[in-house]
Amino acid sequence: MIWGVLQFPGSCDERDALHACEVHGDGARLIWHESRDLDGVDGVVVPGGFSYGDYLRAGAIARFSPAMEAVAEAAAGGMPVLGICNGFQVLCEAGLLPGALLRNVELRFRCHQVELVEEGTGERLSIPAKHGEGRYYAPAEMLDQIEANGQVVYRYAEGHNSNGSVRDVAGVTNERGNVLGLMPHPEHAVDPLTGSTDGLRVFERMSRVAA
Amino acid sequence: MLIRPKEGILDPQGKAVERALPALGFEGIGQVHVGRMVELEAEDPERLAELCEKLLANTLIEDYEIQTL
Repeated sequence: MIWGVLQFPGSCDERDALHACEVHGDGARLIWHESRDLDGVDGVVVPGGFSYGDYLRAGAIARFSPAMEAVAEAAAGGMPVLGICNGFQVLCEAGLLPGALLRNVELRFRCHQVELVEEGTGERLSIPAKHGEGRYYAPAEMLDQIEANGQVVYRYAEGHNSNGSVRDVAGVTNERGNVLGLMPHPEHAVDPLTGSTDGLRVFERMSRVAA
Repeated sequence: MLIRPKEGILDPQGKAVERALPALGFEGIGQVHVGRMVELEAEDPERLAELCEKLLANTLIEDYEIQTL
């Protein structure tokens, strides 16, 4: 599987995402935000950072970039799209994922290792999180619906929901399951050197979607 | 355009401001909410609501109000 990693002005995790994609897949390349051509990749990562300075709202401006238009089209055709942190915010703003990300409940930028629980399997993942606007929110009816559809795929383990996300939601997918967004950073957890390789399981999940 | 957090959505920014007020001697102030204001000049004000819906506000979490001056 060949991955493409989007790069916006203000992205800062695209290099780690590129590395994670290389470790996991058969190659990866960066895709500049002004490019409408996804360069024949099999899946896309929308990486973390502060696209367009997070002006207006995090992710609000990035969603109008030519690359995101191409991603929206590809996602509609079933291509795996993984949004991490700012990428999750972009996908929510673009309407590719349900809900929105709000300022952390304690107004602090939090940077720490968190434990996630994968829905269904109950497997725990230890991966880093670092964000100031990661409080997942969706109206109750929408939450009921996405839970019923199995679209909530990761929750913060007990004691790890430091941003105040509603119902401990950490990661959600679209209805079809090929678009996934989460606030913590799987791309920072792909090498034993940094303490955990659990992040690879998120990439593996995405490659199963592609298959 | 005035853009503010939707009613019922936890607004920690407003709460933080509210909590700071008594220390400055401002008593009896509650329900503080922090939003933002966007000023612009438009040739065709008809389309401003669409602009709010598409970009300036996220209507899942924010309400907006347009004032023409």
